[in-house]
Amino acid sequence: MGKLFAVLVTIITVVSTAIFVGHVWWPPVDISVHGPAIDRQLRETMVMAGILFVVSQLALAVFAWQYSGPSDARKLKMFPGGPIPLVVLAILLVGIEILALTFVGSKVWAGIFQTPPEPNSLAIDVQAEQFAFYFRYAGADGKFGTVHPELMNEAAENYFGLDPAHDTSARDDIVVPSLVIPVNRPIALTLHAKDLNHSFYVPELRIQQDFVPGMVIPLHFTATQTGKYEIVCTQLCGLGHYQMRAYLEVLSQDQFQQWLKDKEAQQ
Amino acid sequence: MRTQYIAVLAVAALGTSAASVRVAPAGGTVSGKVTYTGTPPKMKPIDMAKEPNCAKEHAAAPVLTETVVTGPGNSLGWVVVYISAGDQGSTPGTATVRLDQKGCQYLPHVLVLQPNQPLDIYNGDPHSHNIHPLAKVNSEWNRSQPAGAPPIHTKWEQPEFIPVKCNVHPWMHGWHVVLATSHYALTGEDGAFSLQGLPPGKYTVTAWQEQFGTQSQDVTITGNETKAVSFVFKATPY
Repeated sequence: MGKLFAVLVTIITVVSTAIFVGHVWWPPVDISVHGPAIDRQLRETMVMAGILFVVSQLALAVFAWQYSGPSDARKLKMFPGGPIPLVVLAILLVGIEILALTFVGSKVWAGIFQTPPEPNSLAIDVQAEQFAFYFRYAGADGKFGTVHPELMNEAAENYFGLDPAHDTSARDDIVVPSLVIPVNRPIALTLHAKDLNHSFYVPELRIQQDFVPGMVIPLHFTATQTGKYEIVCTQLCGLGHYQMRAYLEVLSQDQFQQWLKDKEAQQ
Repeated sequence: MRTQYIAVLAVAALGTSAASVRVAPAGGTVSGKVTYTGTPPKMKPIDMAKEPNCAKEHAAAPVLTETVVTGPGNSLGWVVVYISAGDQGSTPGTATVRLDQKGCQYLPHVLVLQPNQPLDIYNGDPHSHNIHPLAKVNSEWNRSQPAGAPPIHTKWEQPEFIPVKCNVHPWMHGWHVVLATSHYALTGEDGAFSLQGLPPGKYTVTAWQEQFGTQSQDVTITGNETKAVSFVFKATPY
């Protein structure tokens, strides 16, 4: 039985390592400026955790194979110095590895997300609600209208609670259900949640950021490839969570200007 | 056999004409038109990109918001005109009323029915909807209806103006108007209405529009007469 277990552990280790090494389930092609740093960090984490995983699983298999025989004489009675030094050593080794990964990883993450957006960024407001995303552009005047939560009215497509009757800067705000952006231009999003926690996840952008009600969360990035990508909510937010998605459309500069002009004309 | 068949056809034809022509029952009639003055808000095209099925369905002609639907001659659609006081001679609503969810829209946008009148809600789309009537007097409910699911059989017990939304498609919005009277009319784009079969008496006629609110007028019916009543709402662009 012990030998069978050892063989099974070895097979599981080899197969799962092969899946990672062969990039069978790997993130899609990166389309962001900051993506390579995230991918490098992800690879380093995978390699470090992977080595530890392979070594510990194979050691488990070896011990299971070695000491599963019928003879009592082959059983290991005691570790040298007792089990305590071994446990302490294991905790120290794993602890150091986790702390090192956290330290290096958080530095990479903070270098991307805890920095101010570039001054020429295109500002877009994002509102998440059960079960949709809405995106707001400042319009021709370059100013966002003030948000009045009590005026939010989905029936009139007033998802952001704008007051165009009294607030002239709100009249030309463009509100759309897709995130349309120009390629190679820094984008500065401001995330708002209307009801509960949601998440903004675009695997191709290497971004996953939660929305938290009551918090205004800034997020900036630059997309490097045109195309249409899916934005999905990855915080279980209710019955319709699985239908909560929107599309990210990365257009060329010219296409984006045309799109913006068309939208401005509709206001 | 043949005679019977012809008789059945004749009865069916009579029934159809009665339903479409609506032969006026005995009693007085209040009829007129609902219009607006001023500039109404511009109805915006709804971008249904989130639900590719619906976006495809309306690709040629995008659906517009329906909070203020106007017609020629400043007429107002989706206005409910009803007897709000002095009502007599009303009959309970027994015919089943149908609400469809099709192309990510509520059809009809405003549904008028009476307390305890059967209401069937259908999902004609190839994806889920989540019907959420925001009732305050009646019990509020919130139900998911996947594609191909059987209709939801329900009813409302108390008179109320109930906004209805879909939790999955935020632009889907409609109203269930539950009235204690059977004397009601819903205007089309021409803004015309007609309340028939009113026994002699004093009535208050009320017109309700989802954005502009209500207006009322008192009318006295003395016999088989037709009284003209007009409602004019003041519209603002925002």
